[in-house]
Amino acid sequence: MDRLRHLLPPLLSGALFGGGLTIGGMTDPARVRGFLDLFGSWDPTLAFVMGGAVIVMAIAWRLQARMVRPLFGERFALPDRTDLDGKLITGSALFGIGWGLAGLCPGPAIASLALAPAAVFPFVGAMILGMALHRLLEMGAARVQA
Amino acid sequence: MSSIFANAQPLHGLVGGVLIGLAAALMLLGAGRIAGVSGITARATGLAESGMSRSSAWLFLMGLPLGAILAAAAMGTQKASFAPWPVLAIAGLLVGIGTRVGSGCTSGHGVCGVSRLSARSMVATATFMAAGIATVAITTILGAR
Repeated sequence: MDRLRHLLPPLLSGALFGGGLTIGGMTDPARVRGFLDLFGSWDPTLAFVMGGAVIVMAIAWRLQARMVRPLFGERFALPDRTDLDGKLITGSALFGIGWGLAGLCPGPAIASLALAPAAVFPFVGAMILGMALHRLLEMGAARVQA
Repeated sequence: MSSIFANAQPLHGLVGGVLIGLAAALMLLGAGRIAGVSGITARATGLAESGMSRSSAWLFLMGLPLGAILAAAAMGTQKASFAPWPVLAIAGLLVGIGTRVGSGCTSGHGVCGVSRLSARSMVATATFMAAGIATVAITTILGAR
């Protein structure tokens, strides 16, 4: 029973997330590219998706500030960095180029594994390969420093 | 004027966005974690050292397509047009490396970080939006897509 308390929130959260992405139209890369097509025939739908999600989460952050611990966990484990560095900007720019090229980001891509598996597999496979390459480079850099 | 918003679905967008917000809120208030899909993917595949438990990460990732199937079944056939696979592979590689170097993507930085007024996340979101807009503009001019 205690195990279920820990395992149900991530599964439910993932399912709500995947459902929201699909209802919001984000699993159609053409719609996402339409949002980024500011100088063409702009499609504002993604702005409503982002707006809806950010408003709900802004309320959640206010609730979180009053809580000592999460409902089904021992402690909050949240990012605490506030510095701006080159990696943040370089990485985000690389991500943005890929996002614009494909009209896909990680959430919709993985959700689409159920809707269009053959079409998104090259993207998801290459994405995990890219993450693995980053990990290898990171480990190499750590070894050089040591 | 009508041609600009011809394909827009603001209501669907808002409903979808609220569900995504609830998903991220459940992860935050329930498990005490950020619902960042790139970080969770790296964690599940063993490519990130810290983060939620690997079983939680896998459950979240299995939930994504599960929710997508349920929503698609409820809504009827969903339109989706994908780029050719070589373009998707190059884009996927950039997204994989970029999200790790930049510590997040549209969910972690764009939804969770911006709503928290995190300066890092706002800068990251502005950067990937600008890069995405430039990429779409350039590929459109070149007629590549």
